Amino acid sequence: MTDLPAHSPLAVRGLSVTYGDKPAVQAVDATFPRAALSAIIGPNGAGKSTFLKACLGIIPRLSGEVSIFGQPFAQARGRVAYVPQRASVDWDFPTTALEVVQMGQYRRAGLWGRLSGSARAQALDCLNRVGMADFATRQIGQLSGGQQQRVFLARALAQEADLYLLDEPFAGVDAATERAIVDVLRGLRAEGKSVIAVHHDLSTVEDYFDHVFLINQRAMAEGPVARAFTPDALHATYGGRLGLAAAPQTVQAAE
Amino acid sequence: MSLVLDALTLQAGYNAALVATGAALLGVAAGASGSFLLLRKRALVSDAVAHAALPGIVLAFMVMVAFGGAGRSLAGLLLGAALSGGVGLLAMTWITKRTRLAEDAAIGAVLGVFFGAGVVLLTLVQTMQAGRQAGLEGFLLGSTAGMLREDAILIALGGAVVLALCWLMRRPMTLVAFDPAYAATLGYNTRAIDLAMMGLATAVTVIGLKLVGLVLIVALLIIPPAAARFWTERTGVMVWVAGGIGGAGAYLGAAISATAPALPTGPIIVLVLAAGFTLSMLFAPARGILGGALRHARLRRQMQRGE
Repeated sequence: MTDLPAHSPLAVRGLSVTYGDKPAVQAVDATFPRAALSAIIGPNGAGKSTFLKACLGIIPRLSGEVSIFGQPFAQARGRVAYVPQRASVDWDFPTTALEVVQMGQYRRAGLWGRLSGSARAQALDCLNRVGMADFATRQIGQLSGGQQQRVFLARALAQEADLYLLDEPFAGVDAATERAIVDVLRGLRAEGKSVIAVHHDLSTVEDYFDHVFLINQRAMAEGPVARAFTPDALHATYGGRLGLAAAPQTVQAAE
Repeated sequence: MSLVLDALTLQAGYNAALVATGAALLGVAAGASGSFLLLRKRALVSDAVAHAALPGIVLAFMVMVAFGGAGRSLAGLLLGAALSGGVGLLAMTWITKRTRLAEDAAIGAVLGVFFGAGVVLLTLVQTMQAGRQAGLEGFLLGSTAGMLREDAILIALGGAVVLALCWLMRRPMTLVAFDPAYAATLGYNTRAIDLAMMGLATAVTVIGLKLVGLVLIVALLIIPPAAARFWTERTGVMVWVAGGIGGAGAYLGAAISATAPALPTGPIIVLVLAAGFTLSMLFAPARGILGGALRHARLRRQMQRGE
């Protein structure tokens, strides 16, 4: 890990991932800032989720280095919390909102350790922080999409991590839930935690995020929103497919 | 009828009582381990493993006879079953991982090939003098006939070990069944946990082969958790209810079968379990059909009254 900055919560050099014989992510470099909200942006199939999963070791990488606070992921695991896409699990699973949040505590409880009463109280507190305390004993399939997303966020909070990686946390949620999630993420930033989210809605990037990383198989641009979230970078990332309706104000102002 | 009653109350003789008790423990272990399989949506893998056990049983018998034994040692036969069932499991895992075939195709291929090979070997053995007396065909549909005390104790002990392992691994297995990618980020070796889960199911399959038979052992793994799912929305509760249903079904089935040795044990256990499943599906309050219909009707009345 020669040139990987130890101050960065997530730094990547030369990351490549393939699915079968199709390249998904090619030679990507990226460096995300500490105590900030960062967005990973790109069109469908650009490898955003793949990038996150490869950083977390969920899928194997062909080549490249990933460093979490200057360490390989395997050593920094305890400092990282992952929020998968909501559609990735079966919500008919026989479990409650509270039990899902407590999954975030398994690591600390040890492989077979007991979850104590104080752990339960902490899990309830995490549900409370996302406004879901009243639904603790509800079977997860009886929750709305936005509520399910908040339960997933609460599970990540229960890990008490320093870096939070979210895969499309705003997909299919209503405006109130989006607001609640953004408030929680800002709270994390205020505590000095780092947040990196795969994000789709270009119109809210400037409002929600400090830093952007644009990807379309290759790294297209990265930096503070004001500097990197430009019409040129978006055009390069999305090609000609970017409709005006989805374009941010910077794009419209520039045209 | 009084014969059946005697069997149920463990009055039908020492061996019958032992067999019923062993079956009950096996049923509890099958229900509990089957719950995780069902939640992981891999229930049919265990069916292929069970069918893949047949060539191992017959080969083990042939090896034991070749070395001068009678070839009837249950432990020896089950060792052969475990080995070839394990090879079948690895073959399925390999096919799914290395090719673009879906798991159901791998299941079908492995099940068919191994079972076919097993039937050919069994037919060959049946032409041997020793083979006709070994009662190997009892492994197809299960039989309590001629079951020894040691056999029953082996089954009971095996069931107890599987149950203990299920309890120890309940949390990782639940997590991997619900959200494997997240489990991986927490540092769980999901492949090892999946393999352990299949290993438990394979163990149930193998130790239950003599009693339930390899054709129907999958029912002992799947029907109890499927029935238990109607009763609860909690994984922990579901595992216990499934264990209870599996234990009761296997106990009743084995006891009934002990009074009528001509009847194969496996189908009787499956019929008892099917009754439990039907009752659960209809009447379980949490997710049963009747409870759901009542709730729906009540909601409709409330909405019509404008509440």
